[in-house]
Amino acid sequence: MKTTVVSSVVKMSADAPLSVRDITVAYHRKPVLWNVTLDVPGASMVGLVGPNGAGKSTLLKAIVGMVPRISGEVRIFGKEYHHHRSAVAYVPQRESVDWDFPATALDVVMMGTYGQLGWFGRVTKKERQAAHEALRQMEIEHLAERQISQLSGGQQQRTFLARALVQQADLYLMDEPFAAVDAATENAIVNIMRTLQSAGKTIVVVHHDLHTAREYFDRIVLLNTRLIAAGKTADVFTDENLQKTYGGKLTLLEEVGDAMRRRDRSNSP
Amino acid sequence: MSAELSWEIDGWIILAGALCAMSAALLGNFLVLRRQSLLGDAISHAVLPGLAAAFLLTGQRQGWVMFLGAASVGVLTVLLTELARQFGRVDESASIGVVFTFLFALGLVMIVQAADSVDLDPGCVLYGSIETSMIRKMPLFGLSIPRVVVTLGTTLTINSLFVAAFYRMLKVSTFDPQLARAQGVPVNFLHYALAGLVAVTSVASFESVGNILVVAMFVVPPVAAWLLTDRLKVMIVLSLVIGVLSAVLGHLAAINVPIWFGYRSTSTAGMMAVASGGLLFFCVLFAPRKGLLSQLLRQWEVSLRILGEDVLATLYRAEVAGQNAVRLVGLVRSLLVTKLWARIVIEFLQLRRLVSRESDGLRLTTAGRSRAQNIVRSHRLWEHYLASEAGMSNEVLHDGAERLEHFTDRQMRERLLVESNAPSTDPHGRPIPPEA
Repeated sequence: MKTTVVSSVVKMSADAPLSVRDITVAYHRKPVLWNVTLDVPGASMVGLVGPNGAGKSTLLKAIVGMVPRISGEVRIFGKEYHHHRSAVAYVPQRESVDWDFPATALDVVMMGTYGQLGWFGRVTKKERQAAHEALRQMEIEHLAERQISQLSGGQQQRTFLARALVQQADLYLMDEPFAAVDAATENAIVNIMRTLQSAGKTIVVVHHDLHTAREYFDRIVLLNTRLIAAGKTADVFTDENLQKTYGGKLTLLEEVGDAMRRRDRSNSP
Repeated sequence: MSAELSWEIDGWIILAGALCAMSAALLGNFLVLRRQSLLGDAISHAVLPGLAAAFLLTGQRQGWVMFLGAASVGVLTVLLTELARQFGRVDESASIGVVFTFLFALGLVMIVQAADSVDLDPGCVLYGSIETSMIRKMPLFGLSIPRVVVTLGTTLTINSLFVAAFYRMLKVSTFDPQLARAQGVPVNFLHYALAGLVAVTSVASFESVGNILVVAMFVVPPVAAWLLTDRLKVMIVLSLVIGVLSAVLGHLAAINVPIWFGYRSTSTAGMMAVASGGLLFFCVLFAPRKGLLSQLLRQWEVSLRILGEDVLATLYRAEVAGQNAVRLVGLVRSLLVTKLWARIVIEFLQLRRLVSRESDGLRLTTAGRSRAQNIVRSHRLWEHYLASEAGMSNEVLHDGAERLEHFTDRQMRERLLVESNAPSTDPHGRPIPPEA
């Protein structure tokens, strides 16, 4: 998928790698995301920042249709996600899979090629080479034949990243790739993100650390159930915005959410 | 001692058992890996109302009607489980438990209601009767083959085709359903298809091993195979092998073991489950990496290495103090180990040419001295680091360093050196020896 160079603001909005309009998501009636609207321009590296339970992971999941949304719509390069799956590589949280599964690091990376390879064709040299190349980029090619439960947390995260690389997507959605990894892995991941960005790819990352967020990302999205602010890092990272995001100013919204949940409970038999 | 085997009878029984075990184990791999082993149990019980309904509706007891009834109940089980989980807000195993007991009870009631017209024997449903099922034969390819063998053979073929055709999809959707969905895999369809085939396999196994014991074949061979390997394909093949072994050993045990104790031969189906349990037990003990024995050996190996390094360090310290050789008794006293352990460790060190035994006691060889010097170096570097960087008091320094020294390589020593500003002595004032 090649994006043409955009000239006008209107066109940019239509063809943006990711455009979210008025998304609302609820778990058991309690709103987790409330009317979130967001545009992510091409070739940007975006940090999705907010306190625990702010709906950061949920936003990524809602984008790829893993959690149902009550309202709103998502456009990937101007199209619906399910028409454009191959353009998106989603990297889930490391704990979301069972690492005791009988597979090697190479097996896991190969899974990333299935989308393009198809489900019934033979695995060719091309896919195998791509998988090895991705492992090499993540500096774990020597672990290709290692059983995945024998990998350290950082190596497992690198395996996931390598799997995303072979998907050759244009939009990367990563859910807490830096959670509980060693410093060397964190560096390797940041480097690969920069490489992807300079190749024109767009990366959206759920991130926890405010200090490194400033350094890693050129755009920041502050989220706490609602969208607090989104834009260039320097513009968004203001004391006022951070106070809004982390300062507990959402109590009224939380209260009404809890009230909705309570009524839902008492209504059910 | 052993009973006479007849290929005409025993051959068919073993074949039927093996086909049943392979059909179930093949699907069981994915149930076990999805942590849904209970689903095999649930579906094999829940097919009962499906069978009863299929019979009551059509009046037929054989053939595709029964399989259709079973398959639809298999899908229904998964559907109901999912509903119970979502709306009852209970976890998956609880909802499976509720759904399958409900369906099983419903099936029992239906069978009892229809008891006058149906010759479904509850005992036969539970543990089958592989021996008598051999009597009914049918012609196929000019041979007279027991019907049950044809049924199970067909089931195995269908299951194999399913797994072979959807292998990649099954693999991805089992490991990471989110990725599978993102790549457009029909994850739910696969799940229902798997459940349907589990139901069909249960019904096909009714006559041979019964619907209780088929549960063992769904779960035990895959679990045993998982202990033996880290590759999915290998695991699947091994589970099939273990299934076949269970059938062979189970039948041989059924006709032999009771006779040893003066009883009549017993049910092959029961013994098959026992045999698979025995094979699993064997794997738990002796599996190469995950087995108890290999874990124990690895622990021993580590303690042997640690004690060996402690011996080397003791000899080194004695040498520095001017004592050229150390007697075994002295080592036993200073290292607080049994004499036997000390002897084993010293044998091991001699074998690796790190120490030599002289008339006046044990001495370090040149290679041993280098190793020992680095261990003592690690120890003192750690003591310094723990005191200066971690602020630990002098009394606890030794114990801390004593453990860390065994897991410190050259690279880590260099980092220690840099981070604690290249000390020349430890906190007790003893010199830190140079890298050997």
